[in-house]
Amino acid sequence: MTSNTKIGGRSGQFPITRWSAILAARSKDSSERSRGLEAIAAAYWKPIYKYFRLRWGKSNEDAKDLTQEFFTRVIEKEFLNSFDPAKARLRTFLRVCADRFLANDFKASKRLKRGGGVQHVSFDFGAAEAELSRTKTSLSGAATPHAMDDFLEKEFIRSLFGLAVENLREFCAGRGKEVHFQLFEAYDLAAEESDHAGYAELARNFGIATTDVTNYLSFARREFRRIALEKLQEMTASDAEFRSEARALLGVEPK
Amino acid sequence: MNWLSDDAITRLQAASALPDLAGTRYRIIQRIGSGGMGTVYLAEDATLGRRVALKILDFPDASGELAARLLREAHILARLEHPGIVPVHDAGTLPDGRVFYAMKFVEGQRLDRLIVSMGAVSDRLRVFQRICDAVAFAHARGILHRDLKPDNIMIGPFGEVLVMDWGIAKILHQPPESAAESSRVARDAMARSAVKTGHGTILGTPGYMAPEQARGDVERLDERADIYSLGAILQFLLIGSAPAARAVVAIARMAMAENPAGRYASASRLSEDIALFLDGLPVSAYPENIFQKAARWGSRYQLAIVLVLTYLVLRAVLLIWFRR
Repeated sequence: MTSNTKIGGRSGQFPITRWSAILAARSKDSSERSRGLEAIAAAYWKPIYKYFRLRWGKSNEDAKDLTQEFFTRVIEKEFLNSFDPAKARLRTFLRVCADRFLANDFKASKRLKRGGGVQHVSFDFGAAEAELSRTKTSLSGAATPHAMDDFLEKEFIRSLFGLAVENLREFCAGRGKEVHFQLFEAYDLAAEESDHAGYAELARNFGIATTDVTNYLSFARREFRRIALEKLQEMTASDAEFRSEARALLGVEPK
Repeated sequence: MNWLSDDAITRLQAASALPDLAGTRYRIIQRIGSGGMGTVYLAEDATLGRRVALKILDFPDASGELAARLLREAHILARLEHPGIVPVHDAGTLPDGRVFYAMKFVEGQRLDRLIVSMGAVSDRLRVFQRICDAVAFAHARGILHRDLKPDNIMIGPFGEVLVMDWGIAKILHQPPESAAESSRVARDAMARSAVKTGHGTILGTPGYMAPEQARGDVERLDERADIYSLGAILQFLLIGSAPAARAVVAIARMAMAENPAGRYASASRLSEDIALFLDGLPVSAYPENIFQKAARWGSRYQLAIVLVLTYLVLRAVLLIWFRR
C-alpha cells in the first residue's frame, strides 16, 4: 500500500446550514415562524395540489382554492404544533391533515382565502397543472395509504429537487459558471435517458474538452447535492430524521 | 422552474449517491458491483494514468464499525503481497466522509461464472492449486479468509487466479516481532481498526462454511476452517466435469471432514495431494489396495506398458516365425 490518507476536499463532509423550517414554523418569534411556514409551503404546495387533483379528483379551480386554503389553515391553526417527527414524516403528517381538512374543515366552512398567510410563496398553478399532465402516476379513490405516501414522497422529491435546481442555477450564475449549469441541465436534467448527448458530443457543442465536461458536471452535481441537502435539512425537525431522509431520498449520509 | 421527469429524478438521485471524489486522484468510470460493506467502482487514477478498482463504503459509518472493517481489509491486503491476492494501492477517507481503498482492477471472471466453460479436470485442479497456494500464503502470514467460495475467486484473462474479498478475514497472529518497521505501522493500524467478532457471531457463506464456523465458534477457528471451504470449492470444481477419480473425491472429503482434526493440516498439504494426483502418484487421502495401486500404476505408465507389451508380442511372433 502506498499511502493511507484523509483526502482534503474543498469543503469537507457536506457542510449543511443547520436551519429547520419545521422548528422555525413552531417558533414564538412571528417572523421566524412565517419564514418557516413559507419554506414548508414552497416545498409542499405542488405535491399537495397534485394530491387534491389526483387523489380527491378535484377540478383545477377547486384544487387551487383548496391548496391555498390548506396552507392558510396550516398557519392559522398552527397545525404543525401537533407534528411529532418521531411518529411520522412531515409529508405523511401533511397528507393526514389534508385528508381531514377536506373531510371536515373545508366542507363546513367554505371560506376560501386565496393567498392567506403565505403571500410570499408563488403558487404557479399553471405550471403545476402542466406537470400533472406529464405525470405518469395516478391515484384512484381506492389507493392505499401506502400508495398515497409513495405518491407524496415522489412529488416531494420532485419539488425539492426542482427548488434545488433553481438555486443551483442562481448559484452558478452568481459565480460565472453558467456553462457548468448548462451542461448539468443538458445531461442530468434531460427528460429521458436517451435524450441527452454523450460527453464527447457535449464537448463539441460547448466548445470545451471532454475532460472539462467531466469536471464541470462533477462540480454541478456536487453543488446540487449540497443544495438539495440544505433544502432537505429545512424540511426535517431532527438530526436523526434528516439523516434518515438523506439516506432514503439521496442515498447520502451528511455529517 | 423546469419540470423534472421521473428519469431525471432517478439520475439526480444516482448522481447524488455517487462518492465525492473532488480533490482526489480518482475519477469514477462505472460501478462494478456491491457487497455487504460497500460498492466497488472502476475508476481512473489520474496521477498514474491507470485503471483501479475503488471499494467505497456506501455511507460514512456513524458507529465506525463498517469503516473500521473496510480499513482493516485494506491493511490485511497490504500484508498479503502474493500473485494470488489482489494488491491494494491506497486507502483513506473521501471528502464526503466515506472510507475507501484502491486496489488493482482485475479484468476477469468469477469462478462461479467461469466454471461452465472450464475444460478438463486437470485444468480445474491446477486452478484449485493456485487458490490453495494463495490461501497457504495468507495462513503463513497469520490470516484466515473465512469466506472462501467460487464467487470470491477471480480468473484473469491470462489465467491469473486471485482470491478476493477479505472483508471478514480473521487475524490469527501478528507478523513476527523481527519484521520491519512497516509491519509495526500496519500492526498498529490493524489494532486501531480491530473488528470484534465474538463468540456466537456467524460470518461466512452456508455450503462453504466449516461446521465450527457455522456454529459461531469464532474463538476456536483456525486454518482448518479455510481448508473446509477449499474442500467445498474442490467439490464445486468437480461438478459438470467428467466423473472424477475416487482419489480426488477423497481429497475433497478429507478437506471437508466434520471434525477439524480429520482435515488436512494445511492448505499446502492439500495442494500437495492434488499435485500427487496430477502426477499419478498415491494421495494421502485415499489409501489404495493392491488392485487400485495396479490400476493407478497402469494408468500412469500406460504408454510404457503398451510399448513393452508391443515389444514382447513382436518378439514372440518373431520367435515362433523363425522356429517354423
